[in-house]
Amino acid sequence: MATQHSRSAARWMIAPAVFVLLVWMLIPLCMTLYFSFADYRPMRATFEPWIGFDNYVSFLTSSSFLDSVVTTLQMVGGILCITIVGGVLMALLLDKPMFGQGVVRILVIAPFFVMPTVSALVWKNMFFNVDNGLFSYAYSALGLQPFDFLSQAPLFSIIVIVAWQWLPFATLILLTAVQSLDSEQLEAAEMDGAPALSRFRYIILPHLSRAITVVILIQTIFLLSIFAEIFVTTNGAFGTRTLTYLVYQRVLESQNIGLGSAGGIIAVILANIVAIFLMRIVGKNLD
Amino acid sequence: MARAVSTQKKVMWTALAWAFGLLLFFPILWTFLTSFKSEATAIADPPVWFFFDWTLENYTAVQERSNYPLALTNSIIIAVGSTLLGILIAVPAAWAMAFVPGKRTKDVLLWMLSTKMLPAVGVLYPLVLLAKWLGVLDSRILLIVVLMLINLPIIVWMLYTYFREIPGEILEAARMDGASLRNEIIYVLTPMAVPGIASTILLNIILAWNEAFWTILLTTVDAAPLTKFIASYSSPEGLFYAKLSAASMLAIAPILVMGWFSQKQLVRGLTFGAVK
Repeated sequence: MATQHSRSAARWMIAPAVFVLLVWMLIPLCMTLYFSFADYRPMRATFEPWIGFDNYVSFLTSSSFLDSVVTTLQMVGGILCITIVGGVLMALLLDKPMFGQGVVRILVIAPFFVMPTVSALVWKNMFFNVDNGLFSYAYSALGLQPFDFLSQAPLFSIIVIVAWQWLPFATLILLTAVQSLDSEQLEAAEMDGAPALSRFRYIILPHLSRAITVVILIQTIFLLSIFAEIFVTTNGAFGTRTLTYLVYQRVLESQNIGLGSAGGIIAVILANIVAIFLMRIVGKNLD
Repeated sequence: MARAVSTQKKVMWTALAWAFGLLLFFPILWTFLTSFKSEATAIADPPVWFFFDWTLENYTAVQERSNYPLALTNSIIIAVGSTLLGILIAVPAAWAMAFVPGKRTKDVLLWMLSTKMLPAVGVLYPLVLLAKWLGVLDSRILLIVVLMLINLPIIVWMLYTYFREIPGEILEAARMDGASLRNEIIYVLTPMAVPGIASTILLNIILAWNEAFWTILLTTVDAAPLTKFIASYSSPEGLFYAKLSAASMLAIAPILVMGWFSQKQLVRGLTFGAVK
């Protein structure tokens, strides 16, 4: 068993990791907190260290904040719907007996490994482009008017791009969960004459519920900070400005550090609400 | 298999699965094909599929763009560097938590995980400011450190789950047989830990390679990796689809290959053991 000696050695082995993460968390976060109470606009050489909650009030009451929250919810919600429904169906499909299962798995998982700037640019130019995109050819081939995706349905277009990247992730995790399902139980239900839909509803779905929750929470955390896909497609225009993007614009584009920092703190608080739920699930699993 | 599956059914599932698999893979396939076309063929109406004059000119053109070799070098150095630095810090920590668990081990693990959930925009300006003060803005070392820090929780967590699977009895048996601590580490622990460390390295190189917030915002030219290099194609310059495709293939090909090898670890690494 662990001795006193090995305990103190263990503490020293953990210390560096804890120390760097603590510094990484605390210093920048405290600075953001500090700036969020200041009127700091370097371009105009304005610096007033304490203006109370003014930044928070003006950030929270501006129409761009409400718009960005709505956009964020629509974007994250849309992507979650596509990836969860698609992921469950794909996972069930991939679990079936078939030829070349390994190859299909590789094809399905591939989009997850494409870097965000590449997938955004490929979709933007080669699929969505109104003059030369593949979708425009398809539309004209069907005798329809080509549709300018990124300017007429920009939010939808970004949802498609990001959902394409995350569907493999949801599929892979849900497939792992499907494979751990007790097949005898399913067979028994089938023998008893339960139709496919009820087997799905009463056996498969309850079994998957935990994995689905985990996928939703992890994706939400990553999706709340979607950046590159917006950066290279619409640059936040046409109602695609999410909370993350709004803060980025306030901080780096208009250089209103105080206002942007208040927005950053609000983003941290909102993300933490999601994080608490995820931590609970992960924590339970550790015991 | 408890019961035989009729061949007919199997063929049906095969067709359906392949159809969806190819549909999801199609954008990558299309980029691959386009990268071997001439710029005129790339936008031909109707689209050309397989029968065209395959050319390597786009790959040559991309290589000749002044900043491509630099971006590739930067991507490799940043991804590998940040991963190895992370491993260096994480191995002792994960080791200690797995083999000498204390009362607070679980809290420490969960706290580390919670740092991963900090939205990047929350610390964007302080980081830019600190980097400016230290004179490291647009430097590889800055990105190595930042990417190491954002991936460190995942590295610790993955290593911890691997190490925990190493049975403690084996260590005790080695000790009973008179193995010194040094021999125990070299001959007993290390061989069992290597596969876990290797897959952790693999997954984290992938994550660091594809990171596209800090790499875009903290670099301008000198330290710009492939994510930033590709983003520079977002302002079109005449006919550029074939060149964009070639550049994209060069940026994703190595990671696709690594990714296919690490599918299994992906589930473990990104769900923190919540799905098994």
